[in-house]
Amino acid sequence: MAALQHSLTVRHLAKHYGQTRAVDDVTLTIERGEFVTLLGPSGSGKTTILMAIAGFVQPTAGDILLDETPITPLPPERRNFGMVFQGYALFPHMTVAENVSFPLRVRNVARADAERRVAEALDLVQLGHLRDRRPSQLSGGQQQRVALARALVFQPALLLLDEPLSALDKKLRAELQVELKALHRRVGLTFIYVTHDQEEALSMSDSIAILRDGRLVQHGPPGVLYECPATRFVADFLGKSNFLAGRILERQQDGFTYAVDGARFVQAGRAPAGEDVLIALRPEKIGIAASGEAAPNTVEGTIIAWSYFGTSFALVVQTAAAGRLQVTVPAWRCPVEPAEGRRVRLAWTADASVPVVPD
Amino acid sequence: MATLATAFPRTLPQTRMLGASFSWWLLIAPAVILMLAFYAFPLAEVLWISVTEPQPGFGNYERLLTSAALQRVWTTTLRICVITTAITLVAGYVVAYALVSAPPRLQRWMFVCVLLPLWISVLVRAFAWVTLLRSQGVVNQALLSLGVIDQPLRLIWNEFGIAVGMVHYMIPYAVLPLYASMRDIDPRLVPAARGLGATRLEAFRRVFLPLTLPGIVAATVLVFIFSLGFYVTPAILGGGRTLMVAEYIKLQILDLIRWGVGTMMATTLLVAVVVVLAIFARIVDFRRLFGSRH
Repeated sequence: MAALQHSLTVRHLAKHYGQTRAVDDVTLTIERGEFVTLLGPSGSGKTTILMAIAGFVQPTAGDILLDETPITPLPPERRNFGMVFQGYALFPHMTVAENVSFPLRVRNVARADAERRVAEALDLVQLGHLRDRRPSQLSGGQQQRVALARALVFQPALLLLDEPLSALDKKLRAELQVELKALHRRVGLTFIYVTHDQEEALSMSDSIAILRDGRLVQHGPPGVLYECPATRFVADFLGKSNFLAGRILERQQDGFTYAVDGARFVQAGRAPAGEDVLIALRPEKIGIAASGEAAPNTVEGTIIAWSYFGTSFALVVQTAAAGRLQVTVPAWRCPVEPAEGRRVRLAWTADASVPVVPD
Repeated sequence: MATLATAFPRTLPQTRMLGASFSWWLLIAPAVILMLAFYAFPLAEVLWISVTEPQPGFGNYERLLTSAALQRVWTTTLRICVITTAITLVAGYVVAYALVSAPPRLQRWMFVCVLLPLWISVLVRAFAWVTLLRSQGVVNQALLSLGVIDQPLRLIWNEFGIAVGMVHYMIPYAVLPLYASMRDIDPRLVPAARGLGATRLEAFRRVFLPLTLPGIVAATVLVFIFSLGFYVTPAILGGGRTLMVAEYIKLQILDLIRWGVGTMMATTLLVAVVVVLAIFARIVDFRRLFGSRH
C-alpha cells in the first residue's frame, strides 16, 4: 500500500475573485498517508483550496505539487484524485454498482477486472448487498459509503473529502467518523478532509490546518493545536477558551507573572515580547477550590448561569478580576452544587493556560 | 371536499358516480357541460361528416391510400415536423443549457428574451420572416452585396422557409421543459464525474444527457404535436406551394367546400396526435413528465 501514498504540497496558493481574496498565500505540505483536515468557518477558503487541489478551481497564483510533480495546469479528470462531495453527488440514474464502476468505465477497464474491483470496493464499505439499489433508495449513511467506494475504486493518488458528514445526524456522524478513520488506516491513502466542525477535525485527523479569511493560521497535530493555540482565533475556534488580557509584571526563567485588573496570576513558559499579554484559558482546566486551599492562580466569583450536560456542568462565573469566565467541571462528584448567585473560588495551575497572539 | 361533505351531511346523501361523490361532480359540472357542448360535440360532428359526406362509407379514408396528392400532404407534413422538431430540440437544448449555467441576474434577462416572442402574434412573426427571407429581403440583399451569391436564394415559399418560421415559434416550447429538467440536476454531478476521470464530453454524455432525458422527451412531444397541426406559419411562409395538413384542411373546407375530405384529414390528424402520445407514453411516464407525480 505504501507505494500508493503520495504527498501534496501547496505553495503560495492564492485565489482572488475580483477584490475578494478567497485564498491568500497559503503554503501547506501534506505528508504521505496523512489524514489532514482543513478546518475553518465558512468563507475561510478551505473549500476553495480543496477545489484547487481537485482541479475545479484554477488558482490566481501559486503551485500545487503531487510529490514533486506540479499538477496545477491539469484538468480534474487527469489528476486521478478520488473526491467525496458534500451531498455525495451520486448519479441518480445509476445503481449503486453502476455509480461505483463509473470511474472504471471512463478508464476503459476490462469488464471482468472492473466487476471484481467494484465488488471489492463495495465490500470495503460493507454495501455489497445493496449493489442494485438506486441512490434514492439508500439512507444518508449508505449514500455516503457509496460515494466513498466510488472515490476509492480506481486507486486514486489522494482522497479528497468535502464536508462528507455534514448532512447526517449527530449519532450517525460519530459512527462514520470512526469508520472513516478505520478506512484511512486500512487503505493507507493520503486523505484531505474539509470541515467546519472542530470536533470532527480533532477526532479524526493526523494534522489540522486552521484557516481564516483565506489564510493559513496554524497547522499541526490536533493535540498541539488544542494545547498550544498560536492565536486567539485558534484558541476560540478549536474548543472554547476564556481570554485574560493582562500586563507582564515580572519575568522568571520558566514563566512570568502578569496582572489583570490588579489581580496577579502566574503563567508557565516563555513570556512573549512586549508588556501586554493575552492568556487563553480552557474552561475544563479551571477547577473549583475549597476556601483556604492553596493554588497558583485563584479568583473568587459568583455563578450567574449554569447548564448540565450529563458528563459535566458548564458554569458562567462573574469574577471581579478576570471578568466573566466559562468553567466546565465534571458532574460526577462536583465539589459544589451549581446554583445561580452561589460564590465559588476558581483555581488553575500555571501550565493550564497559554499565552496567545491577539488577532 | 371534506368541508362540503360535512356541511351537508344529511341533505346530500353520499351517492357515488364513477368513484367520486355527487357534490364533487356538482363542482366540475360547468366545465364538463362546456367541454361536451363546445368540444366533444363538434368533434363528434367532424368524425360523423368524414364518414357521411359526400356519401356514407369510408370513401374519404380510402382516398388516403389512393390519392397521391393526399399522401404528399402527409409526407410533407411529417417531414417538416421531424426536421423542425430536431432543429428545435438541438437549439432549445443549447439555450436551456445557457440559461441554467447563467448567473441569476443574467438568467432573468435571458428568460425575457426566450419568452418575448410568445407575446408577439404568430402572424406578425411570420410576416417578419417574409420581409427577412424574400428575394429582396434583408438576408438576400446582404448576401448579394457581399458577393457570396449572384442571384437571390429561394428562402421562402418552400419547406426551408416553413422550417425557419416554425423553429422560431417552437423554441420556447422546447426550452421550458428542457430548462426544468436541467435545473433539477445537482450542479455537483458533472464536476463529480470529471473528478472521477471523465472528460467534459464523457461527463456530458454519461451523466448530464441521460438526466435531461425526461425533458428531451417532453420537449419532443410538445414540439412535434404542435408542429403537426400548425397553420399560420406554414400558410404564410409556404406561400400556398408547400401544403401542410392544417392548411390543406382549411383549403378543402373553406375554399373547395369539400367537407368530407377536410374532416377526414382532421380526423387523421387527431389520430396521428393520439398515436404519437401513445408511443411516447410507452417510453415515459407522462404524469411524472408534466409534474403531477414525482
